[in-house]
Amino acid sequence: MSRPEHIAPPEIFYGDTEARKYTDNSRIASIQAEMAYRALELLNLPEGPAYLLDVGCGSGLSGEILEEEGHIWVGMDIAPSMLDVAQERDAEGDLFLQDAGQGVGFRPGTFDGAISISVLQWLCNADKQINRPKARLQRFFSTLYASLRKGARAIFQFYPENDDQIQLIIDVATRCGFEGGLLIDYPNSKKAKKYYLCLFAGQQTGVRNIMPSALGEDGEL
Amino acid sequence: MRLITHNMLQCHVKNCNTNNFPLQFQDAQLELIEGDFNPEFLVNMLPKLDWEALVNTTLQLGISTLPAQLPEDAAENEEFLKLLHNTILETHVQQGKMVCPNCKHEYKIKDGIPNMLLAEHEI
Ligand SMILES: [Zn+2]
Repeated sequence: MSRPEHIAPPEIFYGDTEARKYTDNSRIASIQAEMAYRALELLNLPEGPAYLLDVGCGSGLSGEILEEEGHIWVGMDIAPSMLDVAQERDAEGDLFLQDAGQGVGFRPGTFDGAISISVLQWLCNADKQINRPKARLQRFFSTLYASLRKGARAIFQFYPENDDQIQLIIDVATRCGFEGGLLIDYPNSKKAKKYYLCLFAGQQTGVRNIMPSALGEDGEL
Repeated sequence: MRLITHNMLQCHVKNCNTNNFPLQFQDAQLELIEGDFNPEFLVNMLPKLDWEALVNTTLQLGISTLPAQLPEDAAENEEFLKLLHNTILETHVQQGKMVCPNCKHEYKIKDGIPNMLLAEHEI
């Protein structure tokens, strides 16, 4: 199967038709919701409503989960058609037309956490000469780091293309100050296996950053 | 975009690092959209708000509801929190643009969505 990020840049691939198809597909919607819940769980937020960033929010499928759980969110996406669908669906989050590879423009310490569902692999793709993946990741992670509260987490569910890509992502994130690493849920299941990059934006005083544990490592589902 | 989020936003053009906040609204069209009153969230956000920037921004938009100083009892003052809720969570900017006070980049806002895309020379 060809990977969508190899076919066209996201703002082209997710045009009007694809954006609607993607959002109306109940199988995609339920998988997205499940991964958004898992990402939220991995954020390990303190009690109470938080202010969260959704990177590559698309049509707001993951934002809806954040709303249901009582949080206020801000979403960014590079595909205008996806944002149109988000608006039609009355997404409560503030939406931005933005390319994560150009960096995020928020004041230091703005967010209590960030999630991103099925997006990071797009950032690694060089669809234009100027879009060098490493420079884009660098710009993204460094500005994201600054926009997070100290000790806050950023959780990225993604579909890595290969080990080199994983290594590149982790190297750049680490160089931008993040701690953390890769967590693989259900590593032995071809269908349920999911990759989550769990990043910590520094350390809160007196709190040690501990990687969360993966699900289904013994093979159970 | 709600005013609370504008208060968190700064210019992200490369090397535009000083005097890049707050972005200045021009030709802004506002819309009030009701939302649930969430005092706990507002209290959590109080330390993050840049109060002076918020007051100046609202005044430029013709909103004169906020006090010049953040009240000392803000976290327990329900009347104040309701006012704040109305101003920063229910007031949405639907059209217009935001201009960086430093590099003058214009971020256009269409149907409530700011366009934060940069040109190649700004990255
Ligand atoms: Zn600027």
